Amino acid sequence: MVRVGVVGMGKMGLSHLSVINAHPGVEVAGICDSAKYVLDVLGKYTGLATFTDYDRMLADAPLDAVLIATPSAMHGSMVRAALDRGLHVFCEKPFCLDADEGAELAALATAKGLVCQVGYHNRFIGAFREVKRLVDAGAIGRVTRVMAEAYGSVVTKPKGSSWRTQRAQGGGCLYDYAAHPINLVTWLFGAPATVAGAALVPVFSAETDDQVCGTLRWDGGLTAQVSVDWTDTSVRKMTTRLTLWGTAGRLYADRQEIQLFVRDDAPLPDGYTAGWNTRYTTELSAPVDFYLRGEEYSAQIDGWIAAIGGGVLENDFASAVETDRTLAMFIANDGAVEANYRAPAVAAKSGIIGKLMGRRR
Amino acid sequence: MTDTMAPDKPAPHQMDRLLFGDNQFFGINHMSEEKARAGAMRFQRTQAIVDVLDIALAEGVRTFMCTTHDRIREIADVVRADPAKYGDFVFYPGMPYAHKYANAVTEDGYLGTLKRFLPSEGLFDAALRGGMSIAGKDVEGLITLLVDAEMKMFDGVNAPVIFLQNVVVDLLLGLGFKDAFRIFADHCRQRYAAEPGFITMNLPLLLRALEAQGVANPVICANMNKIGFRMSGGWEAYARAMDTYPCRAIAMSIFASGAIPPAEAIAWVADQPQIESIVFGASSRGNIRNTVELVRAADAQRALAA
Repeated sequence: MVRVGVVGMGKMGLSHLSVINAHPGVEVAGICDSAKYVLDVLGKYTGLATFTDYDRMLADAPLDAVLIATPSAMHGSMVRAALDRGLHVFCEKPFCLDADEGAELAALATAKGLVCQVGYHNRFIGAFREVKRLVDAGAIGRVTRVMAEAYGSVVTKPKGSSWRTQRAQGGGCLYDYAAHPINLVTWLFGAPATVAGAALVPVFSAETDDQVCGTLRWDGGLTAQVSVDWTDTSVRKMTTRLTLWGTAGRLYADRQEIQLFVRDDAPLPDGYTAGWNTRYTTELSAPVDFYLRGEEYSAQIDGWIAAIGGGVLENDFASAVETDRTLAMFIANDGAVEANYRAPAVAAKSGIIGKLMGRRR
Repeated sequence: MTDTMAPDKPAPHQMDRLLFGDNQFFGINHMSEEKARAGAMRFQRTQAIVDVLDIALAEGVRTFMCTTHDRIREIADVVRADPAKYGDFVFYPGMPYAHKYANAVTEDGYLGTLKRFLPSEGLFDAALRGGMSIAGKDVEGLITLLVDAEMKMFDGVNAPVIFLQNVVVDLLLGLGFKDAFRIFADHCRQRYAAEPGFITMNLPLLLRALEAQGVANPVICANMNKIGFRMSGGWEAYARAMDTYPCRAIAMSIFASGAIPPAEAIAWVADQPQIESIVFGASSRGNIRNTVELVRAADAQRALAA
């Protein structure tokens, strides 16, 4: 039995708490949030031990592990406190806003032999796992180009201020949305050598971005374009998509399906034919013991608990740091002035337009 | 065990064998994002939905199991306005339409959301129930308030079963949030003389929890299909749980989003005595008729064999 403390009772924290509390190999030994009201209601109706202070929970609750689902800017110090006490950690994504701090924590976790995972749940979606398997097996040959996309209807008008509306606190489309497709790309190909053409564009937000685009480049010629937008009201729920072009075919995936096109002169992966192939979530998803919102949320928790028991770990801290570094490269490159920059022409106030528009006296 | 039936114990509602679902109308398709978008485009006019409901009705499918999506309000208006045509028409509302609340909470905050979804009897009662609840950290008032808010659109139409959606059921189930299911069940029975229904992806776990809460013979809707798609524990665990804890089962996702051919999917369902009703979605007369005929034939065959 793994004894877990859960900190952060927001949307993701509650969802994680529900999943992990239903896990037969887990005992939830404490829940923690600074909002006393929510905590009191949960304590009253679930009977779980409650703490308003994280350090108090670490000191007083009998724990083997913690699950951290607090605002992103708090991850670093909370993870460190848990590692210092020898606890395994599951941390929500993004891991650390400062990638150097993340790297330090990853090294600390390794040195202490602790099992630490970050909540990039897309890696537990059957369709994306199949993409990883196919790409690693060379099913579409040498991959030359990638399109990594995510769209959703999250910020559709100006909003009041919260940690989610400030980039310095880990809010915004880059950290919250773009992190997912970028994490899938770094899973497949590692961290890129450069990020160019990054644009972090606010649409409705005052202090952070709502649209993200940019180009990742690797040594050897592979490029990936990132196109992410969470102001897209046409989308009912978040959709994340990967399209990969390779020397032997093309592969598309979202959470529901994969579409693979293989050239007829290329070696075929098992179970696939030349030309178009479609596989759906019904055959790509492995069943889970408890289902909430999607198999992937349970599968990632099952994976972490199994890894604590000696199983294979996916999404370790070191891999999350690769994503964090890539996100930092987007921020560094945002607004960079390109060598081919052309300044806008100074508007001439003479001529026919000027006479019509500007000089009517 | 608490008896949660209303004091006058009305005769239990008889569910039809075939119920009509609404996923296809709102851009939900568990197999393909493209198909989902095509559905959303086709049904953006409410009349397009009404046309399909009319076809279902003509084929003898008169129960509409629907979310409390804002557009269902318009469907309820159509049904209410024509009692001659829709006298037999039955709604099974499923609440909450989670996206509606999630959006409202992000836009208006918790208090603004409550105001927006206030029930028709007015501010005072709602404020009293809500306010007392908030002060006492007591969820009973809040749960009943939200149910009443969602039920507003079904005033004056037939709604004999009221469902709690799976996102909420399974969230509460995992949390071990005791009492919520009983509060919901009692309120459905006492205020609406309706059967409480629960949609879940975790049927065995839920039936045990409902039994522990004293919710007797609940209506349950869960994925039940030949390939075990999204059935936590698989069919054996499902059948065992239903044999142990009496319930009235509605099978959903019997085609597993198209992964099982219709005849094969329906033959399997007809062979499971635990399954009382089937909810299905379709957008064309051909598919509706085909499903109705396959179910009738499979049931007739099973009756002959018995």
